[in-house]
Amino acid sequence: MSGEMTLNAGCTAPTYHDDLRLVQGELDKCMKCGNCMAVCPVYSVNKDEMAVTRSKIAVAEAVMKGDLSMDDPEVSDMIFNCLVCKSCMTNCPTKVSYDRIALGFRAALVRKNGLPWLKKMIFTGLKNPKFFDVAMKAGASMQGIAFKGDRKMKAISPRSPFAMVGGSFGFDAGRKMPELTVTPLRDRVSEVVRPAEVKVKAAFFTGDSLNYFYPDAGMDLIEVLTENGVEVHVPKAQNCCGIPVLVHGDIETARTLAQNNLDTFEATGCDYLITGCGSCGGAWQHDYVDLFANDPVYKAKAEHWSKRTYDVSTFLTKVIQFRQPKGQVDAVVTYHDSCHLKKTMKVAAEPREVIRSIPGVTLKEMAAPDTCCGSGGSYVVSHYDTSASLGKNKAQDINQTGADTVSTGCPACMMQLLDNVSRHGKEQKVTHYISLLAESYRKEKAAVH
Amino acid sequence: MLDKAIVQRLQDVVGQENVLTRKVELVAYSYDATADMPHQIPDVVVMPTTSEMVQEVVKIARTHQIAIYPRGAGSNLSGGTIPFKKGIVLSFQRMNQILEIDPANLTATVQPGVVIAALNSAIAGHGLIYPPDPGTVATATMGGSAAENSGGLRGLKYGVTKNYIMGMEVVLASGEKVKFGGKTVKNVTAYDFSNLFVGSEGTLGIITQLTCKLIPAPKFRRTMMGIFSSLEDAGNAVAGIIAAHVIPATLEIMDNKTIRTVEAFANIGLPVEAKALLLCEVDGMSQDLVNTEAEAVIEVFKQNNCEYKAANSDAERDQLWLARRNALPALASLDNTCIVEDATVPRSRITEMLVACEKIAEKYNVTIGTFGHAGDGNLHPTILYNMYDEELTARVHLAIDEIFATALALDGTLSGEHGIGLAKMKYLGDELGQSGLDLMRSIKEALDPDYLLNPGKMIPLPEAVA
Ligand code: SF4
Ligand code: SF4
Repeated sequence: MSGEMTLNAGCTAPTYHDDLRLVQGELDKCMKCGNCMAVCPVYSVNKDEMAVTRSKIAVAEAVMKGDLSMDDPEVSDMIFNCLVCKSCMTNCPTKVSYDRIALGFRAALVRKNGLPWLKKMIFTGLKNPKFFDVAMKAGASMQGIAFKGDRKMKAISPRSPFAMVGGSFGFDAGRKMPELTVTPLRDRVSEVVRPAEVKVKAAFFTGDSLNYFYPDAGMDLIEVLTENGVEVHVPKAQNCCGIPVLVHGDIETARTLAQNNLDTFEATGCDYLITGCGSCGGAWQHDYVDLFANDPVYKAKAEHWSKRTYDVSTFLTKVIQFRQPKGQVDAVVTYHDSCHLKKTMKVAAEPREVIRSIPGVTLKEMAAPDTCCGSGGSYVVSHYDTSASLGKNKAQDINQTGADTVSTGCPACMMQLLDNVSRHGKEQKVTHYISLLAESYRKEKAAVH
Repeated sequence: MLDKAIVQRLQDVVGQENVLTRKVELVAYSYDATADMPHQIPDVVVMPTTSEMVQEVVKIARTHQIAIYPRGAGSNLSGGTIPFKKGIVLSFQRMNQILEIDPANLTATVQPGVVIAALNSAIAGHGLIYPPDPGTVATATMGGSAAENSGGLRGLKYGVTKNYIMGMEVVLASGEKVKFGGKTVKNVTAYDFSNLFVGSEGTLGIITQLTCKLIPAPKFRRTMMGIFSSLEDAGNAVAGIIAAHVIPATLEIMDNKTIRTVEAFANIGLPVEAKALLLCEVDGMSQDLVNTEAEAVIEVFKQNNCEYKAANSDAERDQLWLARRNALPALASLDNTCIVEDATVPRSRITEMLVACEKIAEKYNVTIGTFGHAGDGNLHPTILYNMYDEELTARVHLAIDEIFATALALDGTLSGEHGIGLAKMKYLGDELGQSGLDLMRSIKEALDPDYLLNPGKMIPLPEAVA
């Protein structure tokens, strides 16, 4: 067994993120039954077994035994060819946590070889929220140069010189991205938003995608909560949930980001933490607990918030009884299950309950609504072909329903859906489900006035 | 490693993207779903998309005397697809087109890589089903399940794969292609080749196309569960249901060890002291008939001192199925290694076999949970152990030897649905005798004299016998 399996110097409370040997138990659980093959989105595209979970496990076993080397590019490529969508885990008879295996390996790889330079550049920015904030804002003001606007789709697509450079990263001229907004969500609201009458207090973890890419959806979420008598705390000191760096094996940055978030939300004094993004919610419910499993201070904090984190739909339907909306919204909606929302947070019925409650809205299910859309963070960039093929299938399933609106509960999926609906769809509107409810509440008020 | 020129030839035939040679790719095809088997890395993986490509690959292999292992999804449980003499793994996962659905003749014609569940989705709109339903329908391929003659939960009423294969195209070891059978219900032309190749485990020829029989989907069903405090009562209930001339679509049994394990795993309210659980589902085209059959089953349950439940809705049916669905996951979670056997006995001897499995578990001090298809006598004694414990592993092997010896002593057979492959080859003589082994070898050598097709499976290699 070589050095990469053992600890970082100075690490006193190792988890599988720090010591690869701790994933052996997960590897042993795999029976090689192949059930994962039926659901792994990466396998579905090329039908070669190398993409299937059980093969990634077999290769991981070969590394543990010393038959293959982890820094062999073949090995690392294979381990990174995963959307961490957790579909395999929901179909696995023995509940192999492939996410832990993948994260453990990625972390070990980074321990050994360092972060590849491109990723390193991005993550250094993330660790310093101020710098990141400025960079994202600068990006927003520069987007007019780099991208040509398409008002109707409320999206931007790369202008030609940039597209030529970006093509290899998946940003060809046809790619639609949400507009990088000049004023991020957290700059638009005060740290505490109070309704007329306060029934309960909750803190809102915005995550970066809602903050920078979809601040309107974030505003809608806050509006829905205040409409229901929730005092919403939006602490400015919060930062990225850490998932983007965690999945690339940068454990140190992930822990730093997580600690800051845990401390920041503790200071709000709220009992509930609300998310509007499956990946962020999953981080609070599971990843922080794993990251600090042996940490004398942060273990307790992580467990505390793990039990108090709710997707906004669950909070509305299970914790408080949300006020049934009365404003008419004429739309035929189909709902896409975000992998992290359904498979990590186990939220699937609640957003549908919210959508169905809206007068005028018809929910039409697509075939296999919980099949991955091919998003998966930087996977879109690193494995563009696989991602694009999954996105296209998703767009076709959406077209089949005849819906005019596709709704989901995760900003990352919204980006992927927007791109694929614009390429292969029928100009369907892409929205967070919470925005539909906010719209209904607004129409209701407008009717009264 | 294969010669570069041979790899180049293979690429010329199937296209570069359909030839896999990287180390990690080869690891991905070095095993199948069978526990306790050695893994072996092949020299190359070839993914043809037409039968002509398969013919060319066979010719190349023959010229250079390279072994070929046809492979579907690799979900088999006999070690049957492990490339243990190295050579070429011939994966059919990209040869996966449904060529024709013919509702008038109730047939479908498919390429071997079509997944069983995909065929069933494609024909659902016609109100038809393809009944064989091994536990792996969502992944297993039509070609693989034909080569293994897979069974499943509905075997008692609807039969197994061999009852549904009406015609085939097969590429022989010579590189020639033969076609036989077809869409006619009756066909006695020549030998019954379908039944020779179905279940031949890739040792006699390579299936490149299949025509299979479809049936109208049953419209009604009723599901019942009986909980027994003695194994004898459960065995008598199975016999009683058949004696009442009810042939259920499904008649599943679980022993006490399985019941306790499922309850600990899933907390679904099973009585942990129960000795056996029967799950029975009747189906058919008329509500009246199905109700009459369901009442007959309940009557038999009552006569055999059991507590029973009957489902009145789909939700209640799912509830009854929970126990059975959780059987393998629950058992498999007990330890790091899980061997699922499929020793099969005549239906009338189910009770004896279950009692024997319990005794064997006690004698060798190993963990065995048994569940399975009571209606057709096909049981799954499932053995759980820690593979890192050598002494325990040795006891497990002795227990397995005894399970097979017992099945044969009860007039049963080594395998009801998983096949022989590598895993059960050593017991074959016990069931067939020397003359049976000789017959197998004559057939093998007539069709594949050089032992190039899935060598060393079912029939030991000549050098291994000498
Ligand atoms: S479903 Fe789970 S146990 Fe089965 S092969 Fe995949 S990871 Fe392994
Ligand atoms: S997490 Fe998703 S992409 Fe990764 S192996 Fe599992 S099913 Fe495949």
